[in-house]
Amino acid sequence: MNLQKLSGAWIPIVSIIFGLLAGAIIMLIFGYNPIAGYIALIEGAFGNSYFTGQTILLTTPYILSGLAVAFAFRTGLLNIGVEGQVLVGWLASVTVGLLFDFPMIIHLPLAILAAIIAGGLWGFIPGYFKARFHVHEVIVTIMMNYIALYSTNAIVRNVLTDGSDRTEYISDSASLKASWLSNLMPNSNVHTGIFLAIVAALFFWYFIEKTKYGYELKAVGFNPHASQYAGMSVKRNIILSMTISGGFAGLAGAMEGIGNFGYMSLNNGFTNIGFDGIAIALLGGNVAFGVVLAAGLFGFLKVGALNMPLSAGVPNELVDIITALIIFFVAASYMIILLRDRLKTLYQRIKNKLKGGGRS
Amino acid sequence: MNKRFAFLTILLSLSLVLAACGSGGSESGSNQDCEPDSNFVKAGIVTDEGGVDDKSFNQSAWEGLQAYGDEHCLEKGEHFDYAQSNSDTEYDSNLTRLTQSDYELVFGIGYKLTEAIEKVAEQNPDTKYALVDEVAEGDNIASITFKEHQGSFLVGVAAALKTETGKVGFVGGMDSPLINKFEVGYIAGVKSIDPSIEIDVRYAETFSDAGKGRQIANSMYNSDADVIYHAAGGAGNGVFNEAKDIKNNNPDRDVWVIGVDRDQYEEGALEVDDTEYNVTLTSMVKRVDISVQDVIERTMDGEFPAGETLEYGLSDNGISAADTNEEAYTEDIKSEVEDWKEQIQNGDIDVPSTHDELDEFLENL
Repeated sequence: MNLQKLSGAWIPIVSIIFGLLAGAIIMLIFGYNPIAGYIALIEGAFGNSYFTGQTILLTTPYILSGLAVAFAFRTGLLNIGVEGQVLVGWLASVTVGLLFDFPMIIHLPLAILAAIIAGGLWGFIPGYFKARFHVHEVIVTIMMNYIALYSTNAIVRNVLTDGSDRTEYISDSASLKASWLSNLMPNSNVHTGIFLAIVAALFFWYFIEKTKYGYELKAVGFNPHASQYAGMSVKRNIILSMTISGGFAGLAGAMEGIGNFGYMSLNNGFTNIGFDGIAIALLGGNVAFGVVLAAGLFGFLKVGALNMPLSAGVPNELVDIITALIIFFVAASYMIILLRDRLKTLYQRIKNKLKGGGRS
Repeated sequence: MNKRFAFLTILLSLSLVLAACGSGGSESGSNQDCEPDSNFVKAGIVTDEGGVDDKSFNQSAWEGLQAYGDEHCLEKGEHFDYAQSNSDTEYDSNLTRLTQSDYELVFGIGYKLTEAIEKVAEQNPDTKYALVDEVAEGDNIASITFKEHQGSFLVGVAAALKTETGKVGFVGGMDSPLINKFEVGYIAGVKSIDPSIEIDVRYAETFSDAGKGRQIANSMYNSDADVIYHAAGGAGNGVFNEAKDIKNNNPDRDVWVIGVDRDQYEEGALEVDDTEYNVTLTSMVKRVDISVQDVIERTMDGEFPAGETLEYGLSDNGISAADTNEEAYTEDIKSEVEDWKEQIQNGDIDVPSTHDELDEFLENL
């Protein structure tokens, strides 16, 4: 049992090493020093407390968007709409942060709750369509992304402001920024949302693995017909799953709204937090702990990669290829498993041969 | 097994050959016949999502920095460099990274960096910062703005003189105060020539999606507009593609695009049946490069304009209308535009820069 668990953990590690090697070959081919490149990558992400803070900052929404995708996936649903759910969550949290003036103990939870509800609603709609009319959730969620993008822009421009490109800063009582954390990592934008993200991951694990509802959701994911036959309501579970998934995504939006930026500006395109969430969920094997690690890897690569052009002279485009390669190899862990099995049989064969030789 | 070995050998030798090429290339790029100016200022720029090859203001800023480097015999990476941002979160990281790498003067390119530059500048009072396109508050920040409405007015005049259908278009990136300046100036220019000309104004809600720009251009050209002015960065490339496509199918049809930020003459060039055409009527040129060089030169002289707002306009050539396409941008148009330019410079015309000012301007016409 223990051995099996260990062998599960080394696969991603080997994959990362393979990815780094492939990236190193690319750098060599184009005449750059891979060791300097990777030192720049690591220094860029963890070189001092500022950059460590920025890495944690970026990891925070990634954990939540990864959880959102993973949650729907456990019920056999592909939530491509995390991007839109992030945007409405962002807008909702900033709106609450701007419009009201309560003491922090009420204001902050209210802003967070608003984001979760907004995201949940944005997930509920495709869930309802799927359950009620059998409209495929991928199509609805993709379309809902555009609706979210353009309506949040319109609301920021026309309702929250008078034709300006961003809202005012939210009041401090709704902010996730905490001075003790900022003092720990001076000048960085790190905020207490990281703890919320970890709590959300724990909730994900508990809900999916330990509750009756989670069991039903998983069952529907494995086989909707069997679940129906066993007396579960497939429709209810689809709607529930999409709603909770949207709630995670909305919370990710709150991380940007009342954590990182403290305002909402016009977006001239998607934030990519939601789309990266798909990769993070798959990378993390759709389990809570895996998603947290994968989100950490994404945050590390994104922040660290910015340093490669400046410190090691590796051009931006190449950096994108290298980070993509690392992610590719981690995602293609099946290849590693195949390789391991090949090696195992080879080893077995040699051992058998040796044994056979000894007997004769 | 043999095959695999051969493959590896090829890969290895290939990488060695290419590695040699790569390092050779970078050596030839550096200046060996001159000494770096001892008085130099280590300067860097942080781009927004467009990157330094956006054919627009990021590229222009980088060209300005490179020109400064050439002039003073400096080397990229050593004395000047750029950092590219891929998302809003990265502005802060990039600004701080350049600051911590001992850059003395850091430029933020684009209004989207305003909040980040204000925050980083406050945290690092000993470093100098400059922001392009927006006014930032801070004792160690210089703000660089342009009178885009004046340049847009001039290309509006050109569009009004060029149109045969009596209908022109405007494609904006984001419906924001900055891009509204372009729109308002353009409308004022067109209406000053002929108030009856119809202007179709639309926003792409993106600076990067060329498909969106193309879609809008398609519907504008189809509804009889024949000149489109774009202020949409990368999305504007779609406007060029659509115009060139129309020209390609029917070379007799006259469709024109007015470029923005840089002289976009090259974007409009195409060849049909061995005849060369160019759909770029003119461009509203905004010399971000000149402004970047100017601020660096001032800093070298010890006169960094801290806390000031520098406004570049027609008189210092920070803003101009390009006259590269001589065939389309005729002498008549050119002299007429020059005429209006003088009136603006004399203060005879006060070009509006907001929608409210535009309403007033049109009433008095």
